Amino acid sequence: MFKSRLSAAPYLLWMGIFIIAPLLLVCYFAFTDASGSFTLANIQGLTAHVDVLLRSLWLAAVATVICLVLGYPVAYILSRAEEGQQRIFLMLCLLPMWMNFLLRTYAWMTLLENNGLINRFFGLFGLGPFEMINTQGAVVLGMVYNYLPFMIMPLYSIMVKIENSTIQAAQDLGANGVQVLFKVVLPLSVPGITSGVIMVFVPAISTFIISKMLGGGSNLLIGDLIELQFLGNAYNPHLGAAMSLVLMIIILLCLGFLNYFGDEDATREAIL
Amino acid sequence: MSQNTIVNLQNIVVNFDGERVLKGIDLAIRDKEFVTLLGPSGCGKTTTLRVIGGFVKPDAGDVYFGEKKITSLPPHKREVNTVFQRYALFPHLNVYENIAFGLRLKRVPDQEVNRRVLEMLELVNLSGFGKRKIEQMSGGQQQRVAIARALVNHPKVLLLDEPLGALDLKLRKEMQNELKRIQKSLEITFVYVTHDQEEALTMSDTVVVMKEGVIQQIGTPQDIYNEPVNSFVADFIGESNIIGGIMREDFVVEIEGTAFDCVDKGFSKNEEVEVVIRPEDLIISPANHGFITGMVESVTFKGVHYEIIVDVDGFKWMVHTIKNQQVGEHVGLVVSADDIHVMKKGQEVQAHV
Amino acid sequence: MKRVSKFYLALIYIFLYAPILVMIVLSFNASKNRNVWSGFTFKWYAELFHNQIVLESLGNTLLIACIAAVASTVVGTAAAVGINSFRRHVRNAILNVTYMPMINPEIVTGVSLMLLYVFLGVKFGFLTLLYSHITFCLPYVILSVLPKLRQVDPNIYDAALDLGCTPVHAFWKVILPQIMPGVFSGFLMSFTYSLDDFVISYFTNGATSQTLPITIYSMTRRKVSPEINALSTILFLVVFTLLIIINLRGRNPKKKKRSA
Repeated sequence: MFKSRLSAAPYLLWMGIFIIAPLLLVCYFAFTDASGSFTLANIQGLTAHVDVLLRSLWLAAVATVICLVLGYPVAYILSRAEEGQQRIFLMLCLLPMWMNFLLRTYAWMTLLENNGLINRFFGLFGLGPFEMINTQGAVVLGMVYNYLPFMIMPLYSIMVKIENSTIQAAQDLGANGVQVLFKVVLPLSVPGITSGVIMVFVPAISTFIISKMLGGGSNLLIGDLIELQFLGNAYNPHLGAAMSLVLMIIILLCLGFLNYFGDEDATREAIL
Repeated sequence: MSQNTIVNLQNIVVNFDGERVLKGIDLAIRDKEFVTLLGPSGCGKTTTLRVIGGFVKPDAGDVYFGEKKITSLPPHKREVNTVFQRYALFPHLNVYENIAFGLRLKRVPDQEVNRRVLEMLELVNLSGFGKRKIEQMSGGQQQRVAIARALVNHPKVLLLDEPLGALDLKLRKEMQNELKRIQKSLEITFVYVTHDQEEALTMSDTVVVMKEGVIQQIGTPQDIYNEPVNSFVADFIGESNIIGGIMREDFVVEIEGTAFDCVDKGFSKNEEVEVVIRPEDLIISPANHGFITGMVESVTFKGVHYEIIVDVDGFKWMVHTIKNQQVGEHVGLVVSADDIHVMKKGQEVQAHV
Repeated sequence: MKRVSKFYLALIYIFLYAPILVMIVLSFNASKNRNVWSGFTFKWYAELFHNQIVLESLGNTLLIACIAAVASTVVGTAAAVGINSFRRHVRNAILNVTYMPMINPEIVTGVSLMLLYVFLGVKFGFLTLLYSHITFCLPYVILSVLPKLRQVDPNIYDAALDLGCTPVHAFWKVILPQIMPGVFSGFLMSFTYSLDDFVISYFTNGATSQTLPITIYSMTRRKVSPEINALSTILFLVVFTLLIIINLRGRNPKKKKRSA
């Protein structure tokens, strides 16, 4: 086969400068102060923000579970549909993703406002107005709305591989609908679940736009804190780097945990 | 080196990942000869071919093309072409452009390209298929394109790496004849790799039997079949009864306590030997007329012949005959002196490097 | 499809599309107040096309997406070939680093690049944006070319050499055409991800060179700006038409094959 290690050289150089060096810098900044000397103060400073960290974990987890519950049946129904239908329905699922997520999130602002469309709809029945925007619920809704396709895709790509004959074999052996689901489909789709969970959880826990736009000022997430350290009034890149480092470690731990069950190929397939 | 040797391998050694896959190959291939490298998978036959093609650089030894040493010449500078396993056609080019590929690289004028490609299409019976896409061709047709693509460059030597492996039996027989016809009409050297002994015997002028990176025997198909040098060759080429014996004196070998006349000589007195008798050379006779007697253990119908296993004091003789026998019957076995082939014991050729 | 399934899918699609539909409707609303319908208008579209900032950032976005996609396709394809030539351990090590920008949250990638530019003293602007975009596009190119490279029958390469190609020649004439689908999809992915990126651009842009997503962000901060609705509608329709065209084109070859 054609071999030319040299042709990787430009990329390896680029990788060194733009992937490895920046990550090393994050570590460096996390353990130094403004004068450049070693300190653990940044890491210790994080303890003041444990509540934000916990909130991020909690909201991202809730959003991930809701995505799984909502997305699983969609993926299953799509994977069992006729081929022509599959194409169309799948495209319809992915189409909103092609719109910039800022615009999609902005659309929800319009809907959720105190005098927004949903409240006006309830108003017709003399209900409300409900306090919907600037709540944790709105943040979770924004996450679910933005990342639901990330859950459906990997689930679908695993489930189309389950052949109808496998399901028929289970039925033939006496399994009813529920048993088919729990004894055949679910175990076979575990790799898809893992990939979907990763693909929803990672962006959800690190978002700062959704919380900013739908959560008001009161529902800060760790992403917001990081942003504040770099571009906000709190300017403190050292603390920000420490937060980024912690975020990275949390995610790597989650990935390691999930990869234990997961199928890397499915994740990659879904990403591409 | 004889006058008309075209490819000469001298003491070729090749290692892959620390494992020695060719252990000192010496092979002289004559011009216009059909040579087959034959052996089980992993014997190094394909590697030998790739050494000639230039795709594998030997760790030791030299390759000569005529008088010229080509050991470190890259493949694109060698005057040989290859028909690859599973064809390796270029899927992005049509049949015509696949065949024209080598000529275009040499900047042959268009008119000449056209003439030679059409000539080749005719040679391989694919006239009119030039515009077809590769994926629209059947396996057999793709095979022909691969042959045409190699031959259009007028190589002095054509290397073929199990070219018929992917075809079904009937097509394979057809292509065997066709390859032989092409080789005769173009008068070029074919070096052919296969693990199919029947294919090797049918097509070749010379068969090279290999095992574990070592050449076991080089000879005409008749030599290889009738005079295998050791039990590996005898066993690999066709079915045979291989049994231990003792050479009592020249032209007399004792097998299982019975003395047989044979045509072999030159062994020391009472030397332990191995004896090969082909199943079709054994003749079943009435029990009282046989050299040895035994009981028919099983009879299998094989189409042209029956395969009969005769148990003689525990040794199972395989006999091919057109006459049916009853299982359990006592029969005699007869064999003529020149059908007994005596080999030195444990004579498998070992690496000498 | 069963009725329950249909009903469920319908609910999900309503959830996915309702906000978009609302925006499309509001983009034609004459009133600036998004809760009052006061008649049909194209006013916001007209204003959008006269909005210098929007047009400029659109230009920037397209320019960066083009350069980033071309650069990362060339470098990434070469990289895939090179990576494929390494022994397994080295290859896996390189790939693990390559995955980093895909696995890491975007905000971490953005922040780390920002630190790099601060550390090196590079002025934030067009170039920092471009470097960042190339950086996050490269993994997608490599990951879409590598599998195609592995699918290439190694004998095809040998055959090209056998017929007289030099190794480099054989790459251009035989291997590249084989991996072209992967190269092309890598290019398309790079282009779309670059167009769409907000988070990484947000941390690495300069005041002079904003991309469309950044402009959109600053528009959403101003609470009431109906032009956004117009912009969303246009973008949605563009994407919608593109996808339909791609899908129709994607089907044609199959039809041809059947009729052949």
